[in-house]
Amino acid sequence: MIETIRSLGRWGLNTFERLGRAHIFLFQVLTGIPGLAFRGSLVVQQLFYVGVLSFALILVSGLFVGMVLGLQGYNTLVDFGAEESLGVLVSLSLVRELGPVVAALLFAGRAGSALTAEIGLMKSTEQLSGMEMMAVDPIRRVISPRFLAGFISMPLLAAIFSAVGIFGGFLVGHGLLGVDDGAFWSQMQVKTDWYGDVLNGVIKSVVFGFVVTWIALFEGYDAIPTSEGVGRATTRTVVHSAFAILGLDFVLTALMFGD
Amino acid sequence: MIQNKSTEITVGMFVAAGLVALFVLAMKVSNFTEFNDDAGYQVIAEFENIGGLKVRSPVTMAGVRVGRVSSISLSPETYEAQVTLSIYADFDNIPTDTAASIYTAGLLGEQYIGLEVGAEDEFLQDGDVIDLTQPALVLEKMISQFLFSKAEGDD
Repeated sequence: MIETIRSLGRWGLNTFERLGRAHIFLFQVLTGIPGLAFRGSLVVQQLFYVGVLSFALILVSGLFVGMVLGLQGYNTLVDFGAEESLGVLVSLSLVRELGPVVAALLFAGRAGSALTAEIGLMKSTEQLSGMEMMAVDPIRRVISPRFLAGFISMPLLAAIFSAVGIFGGFLVGHGLLGVDDGAFWSQMQVKTDWYGDVLNGVIKSVVFGFVVTWIALFEGYDAIPTSEGVGRATTRTVVHSAFAILGLDFVLTALMFGD
Repeated sequence: MIQNKSTEITVGMFVAAGLVALFVLAMKVSNFTEFNDDAGYQVIAEFENIGGLKVRSPVTMAGVRVGRVSSISLSPETYEAQVTLSIYADFDNIPTDTAASIYTAGLLGEQYIGLEVGAEDEFLQDGDVIDLTQPALVLEKMISQFLFSKAEGDD
């Protein structure tokens, strides 16, 4: 009995300690960002690895998600004779929810896991300690550029996802199912609000970008420096990111569209 | 160095693609373009019942959209719904005796305000009040009235 309570306590202490470390880590990373103004090439390089290499995945997924939305939405709407509203359905669901959320989940799988594995491997091969030996702060040199790159890439990727998805919905809706293209776009423009819908979606993707990159970098930095530890950290990145994205999405949706 | 250059080019293209996507969402998907002619004027109309009218519902004249509902509140004195319409600046020649009614687009569609043009020579200014209003039709009320008149007729 006592043993159970003790293990529960140990788990709690460990969790909070880790949480505390994660916040100190975040603070250190953020203080390293202003210095990057003079070292733009570091960020550009990371933007390439984090953003550009996720681009194709986002493009293809967005197109298919939009096309599926078009197909499924049409089948439901046609029963009510409201297939002209297909554009609204596709655009609102993509811009408000699917764009930021699915793009963030893919981002966590594609870029987040790579970041964790890279940092974890740097730690286990003692590259990070090596930098410290040379009086180079590994957080400023290695982590901060990656954080900034993830933070910038995520909203861009989500916007691309939404835009491509809407185009995919249009391809299926107009090309395959024969929805009038004028009605498709005009209904969409009437019902989709720039501030209420599009900007709130962008805010969501900014939050997700922040959280996913933070989780990925911290898991890598905090990984047990063995091959097994790095593997576990990578798994944790994807799992925790998914939880964080979906949980935060609910909170943000309740705040933005709750009333 | 060449490696670095091509990296920079692809990153530049990536960022540009993201911004273009955002631009497309603004211009093609959302109503961002409408905010340019936001500099219209406000007119107030009091309705007995607004039904399902919402903020941002369209205001039309002869079916053409001339503005949007910008706010809805309850008047403390008359207990009527006070609806503020913001009319686009282009339509500055609406006579003062214009009537406002609440209609429904289609059977299940959203509600909007239709303006019927009056005959006065003076035009509505910012802050003016539309006196002639017709409340929204509430289906339950109509049915009960219909049943009531039917029952009366049977006697």
